[in-house]
Amino acid sequence: MIKGNFIDNLPKVYGIYTGGFLGFIIIMSIAEQMGMTAKTIGICFVAFTVAIYAIIGYLSRTAQADAYYVAGRQVPTVFNGMATAADWMSGASFVAMAGGIYFKGYGYMALLVGWTGGYVLVASLLAPYLRKFGCYTVPDFIGTRYGGNLSRFMAVVVLTVASFTYVTAQINATGTIASVALDIPFQYAVYVGLISILLCSMLGGMRGVTWTQVAQYIVLIIAYLLPVFWISNKMGAGFFPHFMLADEVSRIAELEAQFGFVKNSAENLKEVPKGLAGITKAHSAVNATPWAFISLALAMMMGTASLPHVMMRYFTTPSVKAARKSVGWSLFFIFLLYSSAPMLATLSKLSLIDPSLPTGIIGKSIAEVQSIDWYQNWNQANLMFVSDFNGNGTLELNEFFMGGKAVVLATPEIAGLPYVISGLVAAGGMAAAMSTADGLILAIANAISHDVYYKIIDPKAETAKRLVVARVLLVVIGFAGATIAALEIQGILGSVIWAFDFAMSGLFFPLVLGVWWKRANKEGAIAGMFLGLVSGAAYLVWVRTGGSGFLGITQLTFGIFGSAVSLVAMVVVSLMTQAPNAATQKMVDEVRIPAGKSILGKQH
Amino acid sequence: MSKQEQHWEKSKGLLMMTLAIWFVFSIGIFLFGAEMNEVTGPFGYPLTYWFTCQGSLGIFVILIFWFANRQEKIDEEFGFSERGDD
Repeated sequence: MIKGNFIDNLPKVYGIYTGGFLGFIIIMSIAEQMGMTAKTIGICFVAFTVAIYAIIGYLSRTAQADAYYVAGRQVPTVFNGMATAADWMSGASFVAMAGGIYFKGYGYMALLVGWTGGYVLVASLLAPYLRKFGCYTVPDFIGTRYGGNLSRFMAVVVLTVASFTYVTAQINATGTIASVALDIPFQYAVYVGLISILLCSMLGGMRGVTWTQVAQYIVLIIAYLLPVFWISNKMGAGFFPHFMLADEVSRIAELEAQFGFVKNSAENLKEVPKGLAGITKAHSAVNATPWAFISLALAMMMGTASLPHVMMRYFTTPSVKAARKSVGWSLFFIFLLYSSAPMLATLSKLSLIDPSLPTGIIGKSIAEVQSIDWYQNWNQANLMFVSDFNGNGTLELNEFFMGGKAVVLATPEIAGLPYVISGLVAAGGMAAAMSTADGLILAIANAISHDVYYKIIDPKAETAKRLVVARVLLVVIGFAGATIAALEIQGILGSVIWAFDFAMSGLFFPLVLGVWWKRANKEGAIAGMFLGLVSGAAYLVWVRTGGSGFLGITQLTFGIFGSAVSLVAMVVVSLMTQAPNAATQKMVDEVRIPAGKSILGKQH
Repeated sequence: MSKQEQHWEKSKGLLMMTLAIWFVFSIGIFLFGAEMNEVTGPFGYPLTYWFTCQGSLGIFVILIFWFANRQEKIDEEFGFSERGDD
């Protein structure tokens, strides 16, 4: 059936895989009809998909540096787009995004705009040039362009701070899903999640991660879109929700006006379990100031262009041309999910609050709501809560509370879809969190093994030894991440946003100016990375410890301050010190044209 | 001006144009978010709402492909495009 080169057969291989996965969903739904329990279905979905990823990881094992670090630079454009989309869309995008839109409306949508608009910066400012450079890692570019071990080391530091903040959130998310689906305590589930993650990346490095990420994208996009379309059709809202929910959106606005947003007293709110929230913001109206919206979007866009685990995906394409196109495909595949999240939030909200729908609970008596099956299930899972604050016996809009995750996890059940869909959603969430965690752990381990160990400590190390070091680091970083994740310090979404701010504080301008400003030199870059990261972190600490902040920059957008400091420091210090030498200037000229050899050789 | 300098001038021009379009749809329009939302946009959604959930996102996708094609043309014009694989 499959003959010849693996790369040539990719469409066929993943076509069969997708068919097989759809077949598996059908088998599971038949099993449900025949009486398989919800719990068994959940376990089957998670176990089956993780086993497939592990097999792909094993088949991709390699002993070559080129394959381990950049997947042999032969990943075709469209498949690299899928892998990047999976790499990009984390547990937060999958599980928390629709919930954020549901609760916060317009103010939260800045994240959608920011997390997509950033790819324009990636495509136009950086990706093709870094691909031409031929580096293995992002610090590899900084270290070679600016020269010297200190600049390389600073880049590794920024990368590690940003990626590590991000990865604990992802391991946390895999743990949450594994603990629900497999019904085991969270502190063990975190390690189950970690082992699944390492199975994908240990043996094959970037090659293994690439081919599992493509497989994970297929699972997660099916798991996201199928319920959205199904619910929309079942509610009679329209067979293609993206184009047909205008009536539903205006109906929500109408209901909001009718119910009003009643503010609860602090005393009443004390009763509500931690992490749950009520609907307090308008669904489709503009509820944030322009600067609040724009500053958050801007921080996310610049952060996108500085996050190394995304950038390094474009090192794996066969050519510069392919790297550019691949960014477009990445964003297309991301768009499929991101444009569906607001639709899911709309459907979810309307089905809960519209009294004229059979699923609507607002306006029903409290006792009636408390006796609904799905309410009891989700109340037990600590994701839903009602309370009769005003004592009138009926449920008001301000008396209903839900966790952000419930929008994705519970809506299928509320809408009356079979349990097989909930199992599918669990598998999708697992795929989203695993694929991002893999990319991040690999980014950190590769930077330390390639840039610190090989380039700084032991430049004579043989390939075999380098790859052993890389793998040991992978395991160590994974366990460190899991241990911190098990402590549950910061929520999933909060730490994701911080990671963007850290990355942009330290890396955005050193990367961009490295290509676009020939005069930028080593001293400037070091000052930019160091002062950017330190001032960004200091601002975060200041705001977190009661500081008032300035210019409306919050703890979610501190990267705007950090990167501004980084830019000023880099320009001033560069101009005060000597211009880069002729060889470096020539190197920048070379980077700017796609033709010719890459700056760094194939094996370096 | 050498061939390489001309190529870079043209590439910079394209970058500026791309960033200008990017700026309009990621930042510019949201300066007037409240006013624009009074208008009914595509498919009957309020206009600003539509931009945040579909419009800007879709425009970014198209913008990147457009940029990639234009840049490829510029590279070809000066003979700097890569040979062989895609």
